[in-house]
Amino acid sequence: MTASPAPIVRRHHWIVRLTHWATAIVLAGLIASGLQIYEAYTRFGNRGGPYFVSPFDGAQFPHWSRLGGWLAGALNWHFALAWPLVLFGLLYLGYLVRSGEWRALLFRPRDVPGAVEMAKYYLHLRREHPPQGKHNPLQKLAYTSVIALGVLAVLTGFAVYKPTQLAWLTALFGGFQAARYWHFWIVWIFVGFTIVHVILVFVVDPASLRAMLTGAYRGRFPSHD
Amino acid sequence: MIDRQQLQRREFLRLGVVAGAGALAAACGWDGGELVRPGLWSISRVNDWVGEKILYSPTRLARTYDARERSASLPSYFISRTMPMLGDPAAWRLRVDGLVAQPLELSLDDLMRMPRVSYTVKHHCVEGWSAIASWHGVPVSAIVERCRPAKTARYIHFVSFDADYSNGWDMASALHPQTILAYGMNDNPLPAAHGAPLRLYSPTKLGYKMTKYLVSMTFMDARPGGYWEDQGYPWLGGI
Repeated sequence: MTASPAPIVRRHHWIVRLTHWATAIVLAGLIASGLQIYEAYTRFGNRGGPYFVSPFDGAQFPHWSRLGGWLAGALNWHFALAWPLVLFGLLYLGYLVRSGEWRALLFRPRDVPGAVEMAKYYLHLRREHPPQGKHNPLQKLAYTSVIALGVLAVLTGFAVYKPTQLAWLTALFGGFQAARYWHFWIVWIFVGFTIVHVILVFVVDPASLRAMLTGAYRGRFPSHD
Repeated sequence: MIDRQQLQRREFLRLGVVAGAGALAAACGWDGGELVRPGLWSISRVNDWVGEKILYSPTRLARTYDARERSASLPSYFISRTMPMLGDPAAWRLRVDGLVAQPLELSLDDLMRMPRVSYTVKHHCVEGWSAIASWHGVPVSAIVERCRPAKTARYIHFVSFDADYSNGWDMASALHPQTILAYGMNDNPLPAAHGAPLRLYSPTKLGYKMTKYLVSMTFMDARPGGYWEDQGYPWLGGI
């Protein structure tokens, strides 16, 4: 690391910062109300079976993790927060496309060797942090996946919401109960992503937290893609 | 009065908690309180509008199944203390009234002489479960043809003899070709547990919209409430 102070880099556009934090709040509400909704039927499959394999069969999630009080309250939260998620998602994707920033974010086949090097670094098989642009290849992979996951969350949501009117979509996910199943699993992938994401922010690059708040980055990885 | 203000301030603080990311979990088990619940209900009305005007096709038919694919069971419930039963089934009539040119009183025999629709479809409960069952009965559209509602009639209020259970329906969903007044289930007469002698059925709606133990359908120009709908469940319940 250099001794001279790190340069300040304008990193995140206000649309990115707004949609990042707004999505975090909205998603927290959607997950909490979703866990309350789940309680009404804690299995995946038509009545009488067969049922999908799930470790959460019959599970009731802790009181603090649920929002809505009862099924109707949770549904109203869920259906009210679903639109902001779609809206912020479209705003963010629209920004990525218009600004050309998708290039720095989208994981492509050419990122595979870099991703292997990053993995080696994290596994302590390599001492030096590989040089990187705005995002390293593993970050690209993570962010590309989580955006795809967001799209899937919305699509499986619609498949569960309107299984008759959007029967083609519901069928695409394997039917109503399968769509419920995937919609539910996406939650845990989101939760896992968020835990790792937050740990990495604090362990690897705490300056990125300020960058996501103010837009200005002053840390270890100042270069732009 | 002061208590009320304090209460509202407490609700407002709670809202602030929700606005703070991560602290949202602190608002656990909270249906919005006096402050936010009306807002959530208003958004629910917007969702009803979207469901009625954008995400609804009057002609798209729900997928039908083979009778062999029927689920082993289909849960049912009633809100009365005991299962609603008619003292004198022969005296039962379906009353059709409200904004109609021809009010009707129809016996079960009358209904059975009208056009008959039967299908095997998937039942979707708001709780998230589903089950496949067969239903047969007279399409609501056939009743509409006979009673000739006024142009101002935009809703139908379906009323039951199961305590004060009822549902309000939009006309478009009621006129869907698969929306029927069912007097039979799984090739048998409709069982008491599922709403005998007559219940509303449609694969375009969630289970709680399909009024069981029917006694009347009233055509209205104003949106009728319903048992669950008045407690906060989505009014449209369209799927």
